[in-house]
Amino acid sequence: MRFAVSLLAIVAIASIIGTVLKQGQQFIDYRIEFGDFWFGIFDPIGLFDVYHASWFLAILGFLMLSTSLCIYRHAPGMVKDIRSYREHAGRNSLRLMAHHAEVEGETVVDRQAAQEYLKRAGYRWRINDANGVWLLAAKKGSAQRLGYLFAHAAIVVICIGGLMDGNLPLKLREVVGNKKAETRDIPQSKVPPESRLGTGNLSFRGNVTLPEGAVGDVVFLSEGEGYFVQDLPFALRLKQFQVDYYSTGMPKRFASTIDVLDRKDGKIIKSGVVEVNKPLVVDGIAIYQSSFGDGGSALQFTAWDLGGGGESKLNATSKSTQNITLDGKPYTLEFGDLRVTNVENMGKPGSGDVPSGDTSTVAVNKVEQALASAQSVKSSRNLRNMGPSIQYKLRDQAGQAVEYLNYLSPFYADGATYLLAGVRKDITAQFQFIRVPLDSENKSDAYMRLRNVMLDPANYPEIARRTANKAFADGGFSSTRRDDFQSVTQAILQQFGHGGFTQIDKFIESKVPADKRAAVAQTYLKILQNATVDAMDVAQQKAGLPPLPMTAENYHFLMDSLVATSGFYEYGSPVFLQFDAFTEVKSSGFQLTRSPGEPVIFFGSILLVIGIFCMFYLREERVWLRIGDGHTLLSLAGNRRPAELDTTFAAHRNALLPAIPQGE
Amino acid sequence: MSTLSLNRRHPLDFVFAVLMVLAAGFAFSRYGAHMDYYEQGILAGVTTGLIWFGWFWPAMRWFLPAAGVLALIATAAYGNDLSRAQHAFLLKYLLASQSAVMWMCVLYVMSTITYWFGMLRRSETALGIASGMSWTAALAALTALLVRWYESYLIGADVGHIPVSNLYEVFILFCLITTLMYLYYEARFKARSMGAFVLLVISAAVGFILWYSLDRQAHEIQPLIPALQSWWMKIHVPANFIGYGAFSLAAMLGVAQLLVSRNVLATRLPTYETLGDVMYKAITVGFLFFTIATILGAAWAADAWGGYWSWDPKETWALIVWLNYAAWLHVRLVKGWRGNVLAWWAVVGLLVTTFAFIGVNMFLSGLHSYGGL
Repeated sequence: MRFAVSLLAIVAIASIIGTVLKQGQQFIDYRIEFGDFWFGIFDPIGLFDVYHASWFLAILGFLMLSTSLCIYRHAPGMVKDIRSYREHAGRNSLRLMAHHAEVEGETVVDRQAAQEYLKRAGYRWRINDANGVWLLAAKKGSAQRLGYLFAHAAIVVICIGGLMDGNLPLKLREVVGNKKAETRDIPQSKVPPESRLGTGNLSFRGNVTLPEGAVGDVVFLSEGEGYFVQDLPFALRLKQFQVDYYSTGMPKRFASTIDVLDRKDGKIIKSGVVEVNKPLVVDGIAIYQSSFGDGGSALQFTAWDLGGGGESKLNATSKSTQNITLDGKPYTLEFGDLRVTNVENMGKPGSGDVPSGDTSTVAVNKVEQALASAQSVKSSRNLRNMGPSIQYKLRDQAGQAVEYLNYLSPFYADGATYLLAGVRKDITAQFQFIRVPLDSENKSDAYMRLRNVMLDPANYPEIARRTANKAFADGGFSSTRRDDFQSVTQAILQQFGHGGFTQIDKFIESKVPADKRAAVAQTYLKILQNATVDAMDVAQQKAGLPPLPMTAENYHFLMDSLVATSGFYEYGSPVFLQFDAFTEVKSSGFQLTRSPGEPVIFFGSILLVIGIFCMFYLREERVWLRIGDGHTLLSLAGNRRPAELDTTFAAHRNALLPAIPQGE
Repeated sequence: MSTLSLNRRHPLDFVFAVLMVLAAGFAFSRYGAHMDYYEQGILAGVTTGLIWFGWFWPAMRWFLPAAGVLALIATAAYGNDLSRAQHAFLLKYLLASQSAVMWMCVLYVMSTITYWFGMLRRSETALGIASGMSWTAALAALTALLVRWYESYLIGADVGHIPVSNLYEVFILFCLITTLMYLYYEARFKARSMGAFVLLVISAAVGFILWYSLDRQAHEIQPLIPALQSWWMKIHVPANFIGYGAFSLAAMLGVAQLLVSRNVLATRLPTYETLGDVMYKAITVGFLFFTIATILGAAWAADAWGGYWSWDPKETWALIVWLNYAAWLHVRLVKGWRGNVLAWWAVVGLLVTTFAFIGVNMFLSGLHSYGGL
């Protein structure tokens, strides 16, 4: 018992470790998290897959064995005890019971009436009438003991069910050496036979991901650092995967429409829809909806050359890698998942305008707000669907990668529309977004025209001339200063063209004394803004388009363009891939399980509940009425609280020994 | 011993039974067309269960109908318009689910204070009032849950669901169940001063509800994610909370028992034996329902996750809790242990249970992540 309890404690502690230490992750992640030293200790003792470690299973096996032994030892005696009425109990032993009463005389009790009373009270009894002694032995609630047997047998049954579904046979075959997990990332068809499991495997739980339209006839069972390929007795075709959303943007339903095909002739055996909580069972194998994603969608981009100003079309497929040459250097483009819907929580509406002031008013306001919002069960979150997005990495020859996140739909903010171009150089960082301003037709062309003009030094004299013309149009300055102004404007454009606002800042820092920098920066910015207006005119003229009227919106657009142009110096890519269109192909992840132990487990569970119920809610009681040797004796035994037995005994005595004065 | 033979029934029992059958009949006549076989079965099962409950515990003969009537008044006051919660007087100040929850919170805190006052001053009157406040708070909790259920359908027909789907809702359920269990034992053992300790754990839950609602807006009704769209949820979660409630109750009685053993409050609390007895009874109830809940969870997991047991952190912790109380019952029944060890063990059991209940959601990730903070 003591040993069993310590083993149970070990199981509990191991289980706790298993919950704290995330199980079944990639081994490389563990290596990074714990370092080589601890990895070298944790891995052999199986801490990364505690619940399937051999020592864990061995302890469980031992506990199961000891429970079985316990049942084996106690069951026969218990069953005998349960069935027995103890109708041979002697007078002395009955008189030793805590609850008994004896009176003189053998005719004080009406034997028939006593039996009727006990029947009403729910007892069953046996009468032993021999040697002048009439003994009625009654009992009820004997199933309480049965409860003990049931509950313990249930544990064993559940363990057996678990073993049936466990991967013990596979582990044994691994130990023997005729099966080995595949660790290489190779096409499924190339996996050698020693890492494949046949359709005869009685129990497995594996995963497979299928793009729409694809057919699969295997699942993958992950095992430590590698995997096994499990052949299915049928093939699975994903016809369509569908996600429905609530109005809040939360997913409401994931559903895969599938065909189950005969492996040999490809005929449809069964068709159906698999949803979360609604598996489809075929041939004893249950098919579950377990994940979903992008199955490789066709993507179309406009590639804007950020250096030379060219523009070209680019076609790609999500979740794939392709080579590209930029500025004469080779790069690889690694596309991630296409995400068609991106619902973002933009915070509470109006949450930005908490009145400023001393903190106490803010605090009071916050409490008031919280109380007010606590009244309503309806969510007031400001959700916005940002539309489709694509994430990709651009990797240079040296293997350095920068990650990008581009949205397809225009983003509305402050009365203008933009394209969002996200970039991050560190995978753990947040994306920084460049807002590419869009023209009145929601196109980026106008911005790109302006950008090209502003970055081409050949245009600077012309832009500077126009800017100076406007500045001196009202004749406020002398013409000698005009040349200075023009050359300063050119210099500013030059600096900006070398590295945006940062470069201008550096320029000012190197040329201007500290106390005048702020004023000079102000002036430079003003000049740059004015020059931008003229640059736009030049750009329009070059494209043979009419100049933009100087409305507030257009001015806003130009200022945004300036910010975006400056932002692209931090972009880290010689190309901006404007996401134009896509044709979505979804994929659906299935889990397929064959688990013959499941009915056994549930049988064991029912047994367990019945057992526990009987143990705690049935009360065993035994009553003896003995008439002989000139006395009438009533005894009661039971395993309830003494106080409760007192009441029961008093009731029995009143009913069975009515005429006798109290006392023993 | 309460047997269910008909000839010993109180006339009110039959009135109650007829009322329940009529209510079920009304529900069926009105919504029967929308019910599938499962739901018809559930309706029949719930009706039978409620009748049994009312017969088993007479106080339920008024408690359940009262909550039902309050909920019906609230639904009538709503008249299919959720925004009426903001201006209809009855809803705004009393019956909208959030108002009812706030009343529940206030009443629990007041009840806790009054229990302590009554216990320390040996005032039966105060204890009686405290008990009454707990009853009212429980009524508010049940009403709040029923009304919230209705409100979820007013937000959107596809949003509507039983309010046991997130941590906020189950905390209200926890308060309700723990209180009812306590009130049952209070009446059965005529030991009102136990309330001072039991209500402490409920007040702690109330504190959590307030923080969770005011700071995190957890009271907002969110639609169900696909994994939770299953009728298993309706039985798995409440069964679990009968377990959690019972274990918390037992732990607080364990605290009381330990104090009595050190002669603290010994003359004001029930006897050492009574406390131990109630603790044992609570744990047996809790253990049975926790077992059922875990099995229901496994059955649900078999439908939703593709396996009845995945060693998910929540599952594993449920197993640890189960083993803990299995061992507790073993040493009491088989080894005949009594006294302070079991009391300490029950208190530690609450820590384990609390971790399984909240800690797992806070610190560990896994398949149960929708119960997260």
